[in-house]
Amino acid sequence: MSGAANRRRGPRERAGQSRLAALMLSPTLVVLALVVLYPLLSAVRESFYTSGETLDADGFVVEGERFAGLANYSGVLGERFVNALANTTLFTVATVSIEVVLGVLMALVMHRAFRGRGFLRASILIPWAVPTAVSGLMWRWIFQADGVANTIIGQQILWTTEGVQAKIAVIVADTWKTAPFVGLLVLAGLQIIAGEVYEAARVDGASAWQTFWRITLPLVRPALLVAVLFRMMDALRVFDLPYVLIGPRKHSVETLSALIWDEATRVHYGPASAYGTMLFLYIALIAFVFVKLLGADLLADVRTRRRVAS
Amino acid sequence: MKRVLTGLGVAAIVAYCLIPFYWMVVSSFRRTADIYHQTPLPSPWSLESYAGVFDEGTGFGQALLNSAVVAVVTTAVTLLIGTLAAYALARLDFRGKNVILALIIAVSMFPGALLVVPLLKLFTSIGWINSYQAMILPSMSFALPLTVWNLTTFFRQMPRELEHAAMIDGCSAFDAFRKVILPVAAPGVFTTAILAFIVTWNEFIIAVTMVNDVDRQTATVRIAQFTGAAKFATPFGTQMAAGVLVTIPLVILVLFFQRRIVAGLTAGAVK
Repeated sequence: MSGAANRRRGPRERAGQSRLAALMLSPTLVVLALVVLYPLLSAVRESFYTSGETLDADGFVVEGERFAGLANYSGVLGERFVNALANTTLFTVATVSIEVVLGVLMALVMHRAFRGRGFLRASILIPWAVPTAVSGLMWRWIFQADGVANTIIGQQILWTTEGVQAKIAVIVADTWKTAPFVGLLVLAGLQIIAGEVYEAARVDGASAWQTFWRITLPLVRPALLVAVLFRMMDALRVFDLPYVLIGPRKHSVETLSALIWDEATRVHYGPASAYGTMLFLYIALIAFVFVKLLGADLLADVRTRRRVAS
Repeated sequence: MKRVLTGLGVAAIVAYCLIPFYWMVVSSFRRTADIYHQTPLPSPWSLESYAGVFDEGTGFGQALLNSAVVAVVTTAVTLLIGTLAAYALARLDFRGKNVILALIIAVSMFPGALLVVPLLKLFTSIGWINSYQAMILPSMSFALPLTVWNLTTFFRQMPRELEHAAMIDGCSAFDAFRKVILPVAAPGVFTTAILAFIVTWNEFIIAVTMVNDVDRQTATVRIAQFTGAAKFATPFGTQMAAGVLVTIPLVILVLFFQRRIVAGLTAGAVK
């Protein structure tokens, strides 16, 4: 539609629009180049260099940067990196799966609720709005040895100490904060399903379960996939929640971001950059696989809907 | 029957979302001596913890101010340049548009930890550590993509006739944007401002890395390292009170603008 209009408008106007677009886009692109592209390239370069004082072959002190090949990447095979990778993956898989189930349930309920919608919507925004650092403190208090979580389950678990329980605490706290967000995105997807579809299903005598499985879920799938993608990308770089809830440099909850941060603040820029590059590749790989496996029809869906809409 | 089930479901969701938060609020109003009490309401109520938050030496008031400076400046600059970019992406005709939009979205998925390493080194060498700009500039790496993406969706939904009418009246493309589109787009820009403010206010990894001077720390970092004025044990009451204070601005925004926030959050996801 817009293409046809532009052809009518002629090449001169198009050139004018291109120039205006370049002007309007350049501040944003310059800032992003400065705060994203530069750090990315710089980190990749840094990951192949080592700095600081070292002794050369003749026993002289050498200062400054030297090419180090893959030396900074040697830690990738080390126990600490593997542990951080495993923790990051565990948190991502666990939290995103639980959040999807809870989020869909919440969305189904919210979609039916008519009374008190405003209150419901405000409530569901609260966990999202609470800063992660505050939610970390809040759950740290709930998970104290003498805290209310232990009272409720009648146990004496030391949640915030190293061990499996710390991982569980992190998963619970993260789920609390983000399942409602998934619910909101899914709800938005539910709201654009036309009522006639359900009408037709009812006329055909579909059970509630069939309606959900055969109609609601497939139609809400694009919104759900977007929510899952957002959440996965967020979970893979998680840093602040384990930091505040359990503490920095805690083996059982150390994520890749935490490991990178720890190395960087100890001025081990080389290894920090190498791990950062690995995390970046890991996230890119997962995003790529996700979009390849599930996203193809997602994009197609969006395109069809656009065409229908216009 | 269905109505009862829905009612139960609503109650469960509200409980799920609010009870942990409620517990933080209630705990913040207990006396230090009663902090381990588990009654649903504090008895007696006390502002001891809140007094503790603002005790000398905690620097909490300054931290709130720092958060406000970083969040407000980041939001303002982001909106200023992001609105221009979003309009170009939504409405102007030029080559490579989709590639640029895809890149901007991809940028928002970047791990902060990776960005922080070279920027820490850079800021150290130019003496920016402990400065506001050392937090504001990197915060744009996530605030700017969010802004551009939200506003692009928003501008796309506006009727094209607006610009056409303006241009027929003799406006240039940029004038049409400035005089006709921008005033009409104010609600969308406002919604985006709220979202950008909230995500910047909640930022942690950049602030904890670029600043080690207590006087320049933002509130999220300050409370994470909060030991309060008291020397003994972990001051949970003070921590909860500080947590409530950091969250209050956001809760107010949520209560007033919930409809807009939900619209803004879901704009990119379903359209």
